[in-house]
Amino acid sequence: MRHIISILLENEAGALSRVSGLFSARGYNIESLTVAPTEDPSMSRMTIVTSGSDEVVEQITKQLNKLVDVVKVADLSEASHIERELMLVKVRATGKDREEMKRISDIFRGRIIDVTDSAYVIELTGNSAKLDAFIEAIDKVLILETVRTGVSGIGRGDRILKI
Amino acid sequence: MQLTGAEILVRCLQEEKVEYVFGYPGGAVLHIYDALFKQDTIKHVLVRHEQAAVHAADAFSRSSNRVGVCLVTSGPGVTNAVTGIATAHMDSIPLVVITGQVPTAAIGLDAFQECDTVGITRPCVKHNFLVRDVKDLAETIKKAFYLANTGRPGPVLVDIPKDVSAQLCEFHYPKTVSIRSYNPVVKGHSGQIKKAVQLLLEAKRPMIYSGGGTILSDADQQLIKLTRKLGFPITQTLMGLGAYPAPDRQNLGMLGMHGTFEANMAMQNCDVLLAVGARFDDRVIGNPEHFAQNARKIIHIDIDPSSISKRVRVDVPIVGSVPNVLEDMIKQLEADTTKPDAKALASWWKQIDEWRGKDSLKYTQSKDLIMPQYVVEKLYEVTGGDAFVTSDVGQHQMFAAQFYKFDKPRRWINSGGLGTMGVGLPYAMGVRFANPKATVACVTGEASIQMCIQELSTCKQYNLPIKIVNLNNRYLGMVRQWQEMFHGDRHSESYLDSLPDFVKLAEAYGHVGMRIDRPADVEPALREAFTKHKNDLVFMDFITDQTANVYPMIAAGKGLSEMILAEVEDL
Repeated sequence: MRHIISILLENEAGALSRVSGLFSARGYNIESLTVAPTEDPSMSRMTIVTSGSDEVVEQITKQLNKLVDVVKVADLSEASHIERELMLVKVRATGKDREEMKRISDIFRGRIIDVTDSAYVIELTGNSAKLDAFIEAIDKVLILETVRTGVSGIGRGDRILKI
Repeated sequence: MQLTGAEILVRCLQEEKVEYVFGYPGGAVLHIYDALFKQDTIKHVLVRHEQAAVHAADAFSRSSNRVGVCLVTSGPGVTNAVTGIATAHMDSIPLVVITGQVPTAAIGLDAFQECDTVGITRPCVKHNFLVRDVKDLAETIKKAFYLANTGRPGPVLVDIPKDVSAQLCEFHYPKTVSIRSYNPVVKGHSGQIKKAVQLLLEAKRPMIYSGGGTILSDADQQLIKLTRKLGFPITQTLMGLGAYPAPDRQNLGMLGMHGTFEANMAMQNCDVLLAVGARFDDRVIGNPEHFAQNARKIIHIDIDPSSISKRVRVDVPIVGSVPNVLEDMIKQLEADTTKPDAKALASWWKQIDEWRGKDSLKYTQSKDLIMPQYVVEKLYEVTGGDAFVTSDVGQHQMFAAQFYKFDKPRRWINSGGLGTMGVGLPYAMGVRFANPKATVACVTGEASIQMCIQELSTCKQYNLPIKIVNLNNRYLGMVRQWQEMFHGDRHSESYLDSLPDFVKLAEAYGHVGMRIDRPADVEPALREAFTKHKNDLVFMDFITDQTANVYPMIAAGKGLSEMILAEVEDL
């Protein structure tokens, strides 16, 4: 099953590799990993999307908690939460495709953030499924490149991950 | 007053009351060696290979419950030390490993003797640090000792670039240190402890299974008290031997791949299992699915939450320090008016005694060939069971574990988790430094001993009267045993040709060498070594039966009740 794990960790050199090293050493799966400093610059917040049985995910959270640089761990998918991912897509936009791209982008509430006479860069935010759906909806031949940030997540309401 | 980084490091070690540093100098640690030269409270032990420095520090810790300290240079100094660090990590041994690094300005430029020490050692330390500024040095060393020796212990590495050890700074050693992300739980949850005691009192076929954690946390007295109070059978892992006295009716001995028949059968058939500082590893319970075929309630005490429900689902997890939790359990037990079910217990013991009747460790000593088991039995007799015994890894390790009846903790020193051949001799060195008057025997084999044989030179330099018991069967015995059992008896590369003359080798290093090839000479040789040569290192080369195998045995992937007992002709 898919799980979204949120981690508060010391914003120190090597902290990221301790986490990623743990996943590879113990054979845990990483679908995506995002990390950036928080409002407190001494700490980073990481979101890892992983999958595994309940036993495996229990071990993942225990092993993460064991890392000295890890301050707090929460499995967001245990309760109500929000997840978002940002994608930038560069598409060929010439002739009749130019109008069609604009139209699909609007439908998905995307924004065109760079325009040349032959291409658009479309910015799209949403959960991963929405971004996947957008890629499905447009003509593959027209995709020049895509880049995705991976999932960031946060708990709903009173669920707060903070020290 | 301003001190150099190297002087600060030495002062920190003095503050931590470090008595011995095991190490080997090199370019990146020259400032540190210079600072060591100028003081005389910390003694440095010069090994002959960095691997041995870590092993010796590791055994120093295992045999004394003090943090072991070692010091090596950058690059190859570090890579040589990695085996030692990984060995200590697998067995949760508190070490502070200090490594030199190339100057900060040269880091990342492929400098001479540079390696990514923090990166290379990351998976095999509890934590590691690269000190980029001399101002952080003292606090980092404080943190290193704190991390190494609290919670689930382990090795902590501090990498110090050469320029940092030369920079000047005021010295201030923090009295205490706290790390916001590191708060090991010491006290067990009282509700869980209540539940556990309830289960134990209701048990019909109870079993106690104790591991290395009991030894590391010095919980042997609490374990003995609880076990005797309950009257339950107890077994120990390879790492747990000595926490409960071996010659005792309640003790079923070691369990696992080469454990006794009664210990493994009781483990498989019990209805309530109390696991204490143990981690259900593959060499202990074999196949977890087979283990799960019998229904039982499991109580698991461990300081490390990630050890709980890792391989085996646990019913009552208790996170906490073992002595603390056991103490609370004893109190709870004393407060409870219920007593263990005497009738059920009596019939359980009857069953266990039946299993015990198999005498699964039995072997036959012939007239002509020395059996390795016999040598260990005689070693036990000659030393009055009072020696520190180190071992390497292989058949001899299992024979030592099976036949030397440890009745005190921290006496049996070996590499359980990583299974590192070559530890035996440097382990004996570390033990002797921590226990300067102790009798120290190293039970080894002709293959393992050659992996750190250069340390015979260190032993000479520091007059370490270690008694090396070399069980020489001219084979990688455990490899040969597996090849016999699982690879059609094809002895692929398991025969050791061109062995050195160990007697001459010992003599070349300035020690006493003996070769023993007749059973009748075993005991006299041991007596001579431990009395006449009390103050010498004696290398006893016992030429043993080449075909001897370790039994009982559970093949990899099999279950606890699927033991192979000794061959028919041996029984």
